[in-house]
Parts: sequence; C-alpha cells; structure tokens
Amino acid sequence: MTGLLEISGLTKRFGGLVAVNDVSFDVRPGEILGLIGPNGSGKSTVMKLIMGIERPNAGKVRLNGVNLAGRPTYEIARAGIGIVFQHSRPLHRQTVLQNILLGLLPDRLTAMRAGADAIAHATAIAGRVGLGHVLQCLPATLPFADLRRMELAKAIARNPLVVLIDEPFAGLTSGEVKDFSDLIVSFRDEGRAVLLVDHNVKSVAAMVDRVIALYLGEIIAQGHAADVMADETVRRVYLGGGITTHERPVAIFANTQPILAVKDLSVFYGKAQALEKVDLTLHPGEFVSVVGLNGAGKTTLFNAISGFVAYDGAIHWQGRARTGQSAAAIARAGLVHCPETRELFGDMSVAENIALGGQFLPGPERLERQAWLFELFPILKARLQQSARTLSGGEQQMLAIARALMMNPQLLILDEPTLGLAPVILGQLSDALKYLREQTNITILLGEQNVTFALPHADRVYVLEHGRMIWEGTPTRFAGEMAENFLQA
Amino acid sequence: MKNQRIIVAIVLLALAAAPWIGISDYIIGVLTMICFYGVFAMSWDLLFGYAGEVNFGPSFLIGLGAYGAGLADADLGLPLPLCVALGTLAAVLGGLLLAIPALRLRGPYFGLITLVAVLLLQDAIVIFAGTTGGEIGLSVPDILSVNATVNFYYALGLLVIAGTVLLTVANSSFGLILQAAGQDAIEAQALGFNVVKYKIAAFVLSAFFSGLAGAMLVFYLGTASVDAMVDIAVGIQVIIAAVLGGRRTIIGPVLGAAFLIGAGEILRPLGQVSGVVVAAVALGTILIFPNGFLGLLRGRHSA
Ligand SMILES: Nc1ncnc2c1ncn2[C@@H]1O[C@H](COP(=O)(O)OP(=O)(O)OP(=O)(O)O)[C@@H](O)[C@H]1O
Ligand SMILES: [Mg+2]
Repeated sequence: MTGLLEISGLTKRFGGLVAVNDVSFDVRPGEILGLIGPNGSGKSTVMKLIMGIERPNAGKVRLNGVNLAGRPTYEIARAGIGIVFQHSRPLHRQTVLQNILLGLLPDRLTAMRAGADAIAHATAIAGRVGLGHVLQCLPATLPFADLRRMELAKAIARNPLVVLIDEPFAGLTSGEVKDFSDLIVSFRDEGRAVLLVDHNVKSVAAMVDRVIALYLGEIIAQGHAADVMADETVRRVYLGGGITTHERPVAIFANTQPILAVKDLSVFYGKAQALEKVDLTLHPGEFVSVVGLNGAGKTTLFNAISGFVAYDGAIHWQGRARTGQSAAAIARAGLVHCPETRELFGDMSVAENIALGGQFLPGPERLERQAWLFELFPILKARLQQSARTLSGGEQQMLAIARALMMNPQLLILDEPTLGLAPVILGQLSDALKYLREQTNITILLGEQNVTFALPHADRVYVLEHGRMIWEGTPTRFAGEMAENFLQA
Repeated sequence: MKNQRIIVAIVLLALAAAPWIGISDYIIGVLTMICFYGVFAMSWDLLFGYAGEVNFGPSFLIGLGAYGAGLADADLGLPLPLCVALGTLAAVLGGLLLAIPALRLRGPYFGLITLVAVLLLQDAIVIFAGTTGGEIGLSVPDILSVNATVNFYYALGLLVIAGTVLLTVANSSFGLILQAAGQDAIEAQALGFNVVKYKIAAFVLSAFFSGLAGAMLVFYLGTASVDAMVDIAVGIQVIIAAVLGGRRTIIGPVLGAAFLIGAGEILRPLGQVSGVVVAAVALGTILIFPNGFLGLLRGRHSA
C-alpha cells in the first residue's frame, strides 16, 4: 500500500456528460498533490466524489485501505477527510468563532455547551489561520480573504488525515497567496495528505510534490510539476500561450465629456465607513482598472455606481446628475455590472440566463452577439441546457461575463472577472476585451486582484486603499510607483 | 444574556402572581390562551428558525395532539393524563411523518406538503364526523379544572417547561449544529454531522410540545374543534406570532403570541374588524422590523 488516500477507477456521469472518467491516483501522507486542468475538466467533481457529496458511478475511494465510496459525507468527514469548497460556505448568522467551533463539536444529539477547551482549541485554530482579531465578527463583515481563511480553519478543525482544497488562491492578492501557501505547506509538514486544486499555476507548481492534469474528466499527464507544465497537451488545453497583452495606443480622453463622474462618494455599512470621498471619472471608450487589496472597497464602489448600495456624494452619468434611480433603470441606461458574486439565476439553464441578458437587444443583433460569445466560451455552448447552479466555478464565471455582454453595455463594470478562470481562458478573455474595444465604443471599469491581467488593457489605473483613492495614473507609471505593493504575483 | 434571564424571571414571577392581585377571570383566561399560543409559536420557531424548515402547517401537529387526546377521552374514556400522553404521541408520529418529505424536498415544496397535511387532517375530521364530531367539534367529558387560576397555572407551567427545554436545546451545541444543517446541509455533513439525525430530532421535539399543548388546550376549552386547533388560520396565527416576536429566539415568539392574543382581545369590541387591524399591525411590524420585537430590543441593546 503506497497511499493514505487511494483513488481507483473513479467515474461520474451527469446525464450524458462524463465529468470524471476512470480516474486513479494516490496521495501519500506528508504530500501535496496538485490537480490542474481547464474549467469543467472535473477537478471539483473529483473532490466531491471523494467527500461523498456526489455518489460515484464506479470506482473506489480508499482511506488507509478502507473503501469509503458510497458512504455518507458525514462518515467520510469523520473518517478523516476535510474539504475547503471552491465557494466559501460560511454560516451567516454565526460568528467566526462559532463557525470554527462547529467543526469541533461531537456528532451527538445530547451535546450540550461546547466546553472551554473546545473554545480554546477553536481560538487557537483561528489564530493559526490569521483570524484571531475577528473572532466575534459575522462572516458578512469579513473581507474575502478572511472568509477563505475561515474555510481553511473549518476544514482542519477535525484534524483530518487528508485535506481537499479547492481553489484557495482565487481572488487573493499576492501577499495573501503567500500566506495561504505557507499554511497549506504547514498542513503537509504535519503529515497530512493534501489534494490541491488551483488555477494559479505558479503558486501551485512552487509547493506541490506532484501534479495531475485532468482534461474532460480524464488524466492527461502526471508527474513533477515542471514536466506536467511542459507537456504538449497541457499547454494546449490548459495553459494557453499566456496572456497576450494588447497594449493600446495612448489615447487622449481628457477633453471629452466623461460618461461617468463620481465625486466625493462615501458609503457606510452601519458605523463602518467602506468608502471615503472617492472620486473617479471615466471617458467614453476608456478602459480603467481599479486595483486594491481585498477589502479596500472595490466591490462597494462598483455597487454604489450601479445603485445597489446607498451612498453620499454625487454621481453624474453622461453629464447629468443621477438622482434616485433604481438599479434596474441604471442598468437599462447602459451601465452593466458583472458582479464578483456572479448572481446567476441558479435554477435557470445557461441558455435562459443568456437570453435574459439579451432581452433588450434586437433579434438579429442578439443572435450575432450570442454566436460571438459561444465562440469565446465554447464550453457554454456545450452546456446550454444545464442549470447554472450545477456549472463548474469557471463555467459560472464565463456565463456571468457572457450575460453581461449580452446586455450591450455602454459602460461595463467587471468585478474580478478572472476569478476561477483557467489560464487559457484568461487569454481568450483578453482577446475579447480587445475586440470589444475595437468594435464598439464600450467603456470598461475593471476591478482586479490579478494585476498582470488588469494592467495591460488599461488606459488608466486607480489604486484604492482602505476605502480611499490613493493613486491614479497610467499603467506605465503604475509599474514604476506602485508595483512593489501589487506585482509579485 | 444575563439581563435577559433576569427580565424573563421577573416577567414569569409577575405572571405567577397575577391571579392574586385581583384581576378578573376573564384576564386570567386571556393569559392562559397566551401561554398555549406561546408554546405553539416556540415549537414552530425551533423548526423554522433553527432547522430552517418552512412548516406552514403548525396546526397539523397541534390538531393531532388535540384530536388524539380528545378521541382518547371522548371515545375510549381513558384517564386525562393518559389522553394527553396519547395526543402528544400522535403529534410526534405526525412530526416524524413530516420529517420524511422535509429531508427530501427543498423549502417551498416542503412548505406545500405541510399545507396539504393540514387540509388532509381537516378533511379526515369532517369525513369521520361520527367519531370526531366533524365541524361541530368534539366535546370531552374531562376538564383540566373548573378553576380559572388552576387552569392558568397548568398553562404557565407548560410554557415554562417548554420554554426551558427549547431554549436549552437551541443554545446547546445541538442548536448550533441544527442551524448549520438548516443553513447549509452539505457543509454541515462535510464537517462530520449526520444532518438527518438532527432534523428528525428537531421535528420530534417541535411536534412533542405542539401536540402536548394542543392536547392540554382541549381539556382547557372542553372541546376539540377544527376552528380552534386545526384550521389553516390557526397555523397562520402561530407563524405570525413567531415571526413578529423574533424568529430564532424561542422567547420572542412568546412575546408575539402575547401581542396577537392580547391585541385581539382588546380590539374585540370592533368585531370583525379587530382581526384585520391586528393582522395589519403585525404585518407592518414585520415589514419594518424583520427581526421582530426581540430583534428590535437586542439591536437597541448592542447598538
Ligand atoms: N450536478 C451536475 N449536473 C450536470 N453537470 C454537472 C454537475 N456538476 C458538474 N457538472 C459538470 O461537470 C463538469 C465538471 O465540473 P467540475 O466542477 O468538476 O469542474 P472543475 O474542473 O472544477 O472546473 P473549474 O476549474 O471551472 O472549477 C462541468 O462541465 C460541469 O458543468
Ligand atoms: Mg472547480
């Protein structure tokens, strides 16, 4: 017996789709095994099969030689497997401490109050993952990275032998990626077996002992990270040619009337101030990136601009002061927001979600736009009848972008559009943005953690920190003045 | 938390003393009804507020308790405590029956099933009018007591016991796991909890107190009737009381019940209109303060 966790012949079909096909591998104690592959290749499904959240059609999942396939999830969890889901699943009405404490409780109906030692233990775990200062906060008030930390904390609470971690780095800044890498490495050093999925190829390659590449549910390459990354097929279907940057000619916008002018914008959540007197202008046809650490206020800024949160200050849209318009009216006026949280209609199919986006486009134009989007994201075409809820993380992101583009925006706000996308898709997305800019007079406001993606497209960059705009300038100047804070991704 | 406990203790002492400060039997009667409805609303809160189950049919469980006890008394002539026990048992079995669809269906679909359950029970009572008394109701030969004060103490005792048990459970680890199961069953399982076990326990507990209160109510009123114990309107009252008082608090629903019943009595001179007024006030309050009375108090407190 070689592995602590031994997977053999694992297969999962969803209707006609074979999401995972005869996959076999082992993970040894004290080893990090990386699992990479394009969006929809079956990585998350493999994890769900191991965890018993989906039932395999065939195959075995052996932990220390005991087959767990087909057992209920809670038994698998107690047998010693923990999982960090691709999307955070906090309990919203409980504090951070309670969320973590939950993972320490016995599975007994008669369990009364958690003892002082359990609370101490939960506090220690929180401290370990860097949540010591927010123990009594509700998840909704936490920045994105802290939510992910909480998921890590919950996954290790039961002291599992095996930890499955699905996209821990998505949406994190380079500094946070470093912290998370260190934590995951420390799991390995404690002798746990770690199965790691992420599209941040560099960080994965730097920490894993081995890599497996999946494509269409099958293993296409495995071995040392460097060898797998150099593999011909892996390059073609997953890594792509890297982001082809489409630097744009320097354009002069200063003399045109802004399409959007934000002045002295402040937003409060209760007593906490999320934005403080923020100014921002966008000219027609301009591409502007807003860069900032998690929690700096990017999403709040975008939500205020699209009328989802109340604000103080003035917003001028196409030269006119905007007062008291509903979010729907703002969207109809041409300001389209593709939110970080995607907000897909989960029970509707891919086709229906796209059709909803295209409601206001005339027929022929709608078909043309749709055809273009399917060319851009071919996998969406293959998933047309699938309900949005069951799409893979990256597929959902593609659908959110596609739906926003169907709305024929004049100003498109993209909040973390690269979240969860495979490298090869980033290249395609970059191509698409270039196409949009050249073919239409679309204005784009991009919020991105991934500075390597945000910079090349932009005419102008803003830097947001602790709710304030602290810097504004061209990408070239950014590279000189701000890069040390953001660039080493 | 500590303050809250002191307030609750004072209120309970005041209630216990109420019959001795010379208030009328009528008011004691109103307080008695508040206690019964308080138990109904608390039991419902355990299912909705904690387990996340949208049960539109609290009166299914109440009705089973009431008619179970009523029939045992009227038709079998069993002693009163045994009748109450049998009614409670019927409700618990009903709760287990409801747990089956609850574990398979998502929220709104389960909600529909619970409504259908109430209608079926109502139909069954009408169809078997020969034994159940049908729409007229079922008179029972036994009664808790002829003394209003004694009846009130029975109801208050029930309220205190139910409240203590439900609060203890809700604030225990069990309560936390139950909430986790209600908010995100997959996550709860991935953390190692057998969600089915906790949900079934919640249904049993909720049904137990709903049924017990329903059964005792029969022997307080002297009859089991569809209008008072099974009708959808009864269930709606219970739900409004719970939400109005503050769901996921157990205590809040008792406040809600006090308001609904109390206001209904005060406005009784308005006749038909009174129900409308009370409902409008309740709905307005829920719209403005979705966390209910207790949410309002707590919000003030912490802010
Ligand atoms: N319940 C389901 N019903 C139908 N299809 C599903 C279901 N769950 C997943 N799929 C499909 O199975 C495929 C594999 O999904 P999975 O989530 O494993 O992909 P992934 O490799 O994790 O992708 P990503 O990198 O985008 O997260 C996807 O194409 C997805 O649409
Ligand atoms: Mg995935």
